[in-house]
Amino acid sequence: MIIETKSADPNQTIFSALSCACAENRQQSTLPAQLTAAAAAVLWQPITMADSVSSEEVAVISNTDITSTESENNIINTMVERGTALLRKLEINVAEAEKRTGKNTVNMQETYTVYLIEIRPAETEGGTPAAPDTLWRRYSEFELLRTYLLVTYPYIIIPPLPEKRAEFVWHKLSADNLDPDFVERRRVGLENFLLRVASHPVLSNDKIFFLFLTEEKGWRDAVLETGFQDKADSRLKSLSAMFRVKNPDKRFTALKQYSDELNTVISQLLRIRARVADRLYGVYKVHGNYGRVFSEWSAIEKEMGDGLQSAGHHMDTYAASIDDILEEEEHFADQLKEYLFYTDAVRSVCRKHELIQYELEMAAQDLVQKKQQKEELATGTVRIFSLKGMTSKLFGQESPEQKESRLAALEQSIQEGEETVKEKNTECQEFVRAAWDDIERFKEQKDKDLREALISYAIMQISMCKKGIQVWSNAKECFSKM
Amino acid sequence: MSISAPRGLASSGQKPITEILHPLSAAEEPLSPGPDVTVSGGRDKEVGLTNGTPVETPSPASASVLFNRLHLDDDLDPDTRDPYADTETHDLFVTVDDPKKHVSTMETYITYRVSTKTSRIEFDLPEYSVRRRYQDFDWLRTKLEDSQPTHLIPPLPEKFVMKGVVDRFSEEFVETRMKALDKFLKRIADHPVLSFNPHLNAFLSAKDLNKRQGLALLTKVGESVKSVAGGYKLRVRPPEFCALGEYLDTFNQKLGTIDRIAQRILKEQSEYLTELREYGTVYASWAGSEEELQRPLEGMAGCVTTCCGALEDMSENMSQDFLPVLREYILYIESMKNVLRKRDQSQAEYEGRLEAAVLRKQEDRTPIPAEVEKCQDKMECFNADLKADWERWQSNKRQDFKQLLTGMADKNVTYYEKCQAAWESLITVLQDKQTEDKTSETN
Repeated sequence: MIIETKSADPNQTIFSALSCACAENRQQSTLPAQLTAAAAAVLWQPITMADSVSSEEVAVISNTDITSTESENNIINTMVERGTALLRKLEINVAEAEKRTGKNTVNMQETYTVYLIEIRPAETEGGTPAAPDTLWRRYSEFELLRTYLLVTYPYIIIPPLPEKRAEFVWHKLSADNLDPDFVERRRVGLENFLLRVASHPVLSNDKIFFLFLTEEKGWRDAVLETGFQDKADSRLKSLSAMFRVKNPDKRFTALKQYSDELNTVISQLLRIRARVADRLYGVYKVHGNYGRVFSEWSAIEKEMGDGLQSAGHHMDTYAASIDDILEEEEHFADQLKEYLFYTDAVRSVCRKHELIQYELEMAAQDLVQKKQQKEELATGTVRIFSLKGMTSKLFGQESPEQKESRLAALEQSIQEGEETVKEKNTECQEFVRAAWDDIERFKEQKDKDLREALISYAIMQISMCKKGIQVWSNAKECFSKM
Repeated sequence: MSISAPRGLASSGQKPITEILHPLSAAEEPLSPGPDVTVSGGRDKEVGLTNGTPVETPSPASASVLFNRLHLDDDLDPDTRDPYADTETHDLFVTVDDPKKHVSTMETYITYRVSTKTSRIEFDLPEYSVRRRYQDFDWLRTKLEDSQPTHLIPPLPEKFVMKGVVDRFSEEFVETRMKALDKFLKRIADHPVLSFNPHLNAFLSAKDLNKRQGLALLTKVGESVKSVAGGYKLRVRPPEFCALGEYLDTFNQKLGTIDRIAQRILKEQSEYLTELREYGTVYASWAGSEEELQRPLEGMAGCVTTCCGALEDMSENMSQDFLPVLREYILYIESMKNVLRKRDQSQAEYEGRLEAAVLRKQEDRTPIPAEVEKCQDKMECFNADLKADWERWQSNKRQDFKQLLTGMADKNVTYYEKCQAAWESLITVLQDKQTEDKTSETN
């Protein structure tokens, strides 16, 4: 499906054609015809039917009494049941975290945390669970893996890592990276990351990812050997440069805008949630003072004493209950944060697309210029200003041999240009097709995950209300016995 | 410790004082619950103490019952605690309601309707309905304090409000004040002695309460208490009144703490509410940029708003019903302390005079003057009245606080129930959509 660039507006034709093609492709999930076999081997494994919607199972929660952990597991289940080849074979856990000390690159003593990754073969019917293979990874290795994936699969929305430093902290949570609660939440986040990659139809087949899970020592070398670092550097340079695309793809523009909006609104939500948590903490803790004063008061009372004393204990319980409640709520914050970071990944894909399109536009523009130059040279008319043309005009015509050689050079250049445009075109088409596939997948995932997150949040709130009713009913009984 | 043998003076009531155990003496006989209290309806001219109004006096048994009750409450049935329980015939009912604003050239003020229903013969009619303003209540209280110095007068809600801070005419303020005034009158109406006070009668029945006239019913006791020009200093307060005083001090402290805690909670809740409202609006604005998630997010926003409303209700309740009662009890404690002080004064006077008289007797054989004995009577009456009122007060306090705290717990339960219902209905919305989707997908 190669489309020639003809007019001054080459992009329009490409994209309108592509949008139909993409729609088709999504239904069939077949490989694009013009990819070479080698490219296919690198980029895609046969996409299984598991990708299509009908075989998908969604955990429907009808029982509001499920705990939030169960709900979180349901989210993981929706990922797992998408059924990538990898996850059919393996069960992946990030089981533990441990503190280590060692010398860093500048030979200074540092303390860091390592995480234990457990791999075990997926359970077969009637089989006993085998002992897991394990290896230890630290956060920086996860970061390296992610960077590799970002560079290697620029059209894929790469799952984000949990935050490096605690942000949107409400006053009680420590922003210290070595704080056990933070480490625990990070452990969960890292496991989430691995599961998301493992359940991705494209990423799950990556060899480096597989090695990350299985090869503790040799992995770093393997990654560096892929030479992704160079690609990363050049891409980064181009991405940071300012450029403007003449005819932006409306879909990607809309996506970037949505992604920015989502980023803003989730940031807002996280900030306010932290403030709400802070205030709620205050309300609960002040009630603890009732416990103390009721106890003191009961000492001077006779028949009122017992009731007051016991009621006071319930007030203490009430005040203490907020700690667990808010710790659990952090879970919800983490789920929101994941999607906050996801918006960065989405933006990144949009930017990469812009870059590719820009390069295509530049190549097409360059080709047009060259063709015009050739035409002018051939016909002798000057339509475009060129220094060579001016100098030849000023300093006399060139010889026919010179002209011939120049024409030949131009012809060569034009041919190369046409090849470039073809390549860029293909690159762009493939990018858009693959990216849009992934974007659709992402959108569905996002809707599902966030809905689940809201449900589990509501469940948490209900649990909090139930606790409140319990405590205050107990207190009420004590008061009525005064 | 000045314990003197009972004198041959008749105190108010039916029995001669010799038969009445001196309240300050230790009562060793075992007590049976259920005091034998009799009411004396008529005037007793023998007693210089009476102010012309009928006084109910406890019989001997119950005096000691009262005394011991100050220390050994535990094994007594709560229902028998109020020594006057049997005597209350509940024949005087008062209500305060219907606040109205009056605007005149000089001032703006609020009046309340005071309705009375009674079968007492002290009143000319069975029913009355008059309008009174706060000033009138204040007048009544002052009159009661003056005419019944040995009794504990219930407190009024605060007189002065800072003009800039509180709106005297806001519905909330008026409502709160009205409830307190209602309670004030009810307590007086329930009191076996105070309810017969002629000032109360005038307050409840007179069309136009002419305060300047005043009712010339200043009691002799009132006068004599007032005439104690601080020349007598109390040496030792008897132990049971010490205990009373200590209790009042500690209780006052604790109430103050509770008031501070309650106010702090209200403040925290108000700030929480502010943040929560904003939280809800963010969900609403997020819903605007979503498709699938629009309904769930709007649901979230709605749910949060419902919780905000429930919290607002509870906070309002606490500030209107809870805090005023606390404050009222703090005022009550002040009143009680005042009565205690007056009692101390009367004891001081008696002891002072007695000492002087004894000295004179030793010198020139002058008999102990009747004056001294009158003082003793006064003091004993004071003690008895105070103790009786103390019992009442304790019993009422227990009821009031039981009600107050139970109410507070109840409001909290209601708040959480409302929130729980809101979240549960949200989950239904969220999950319904899921089932909807699933059905449409498999089709």
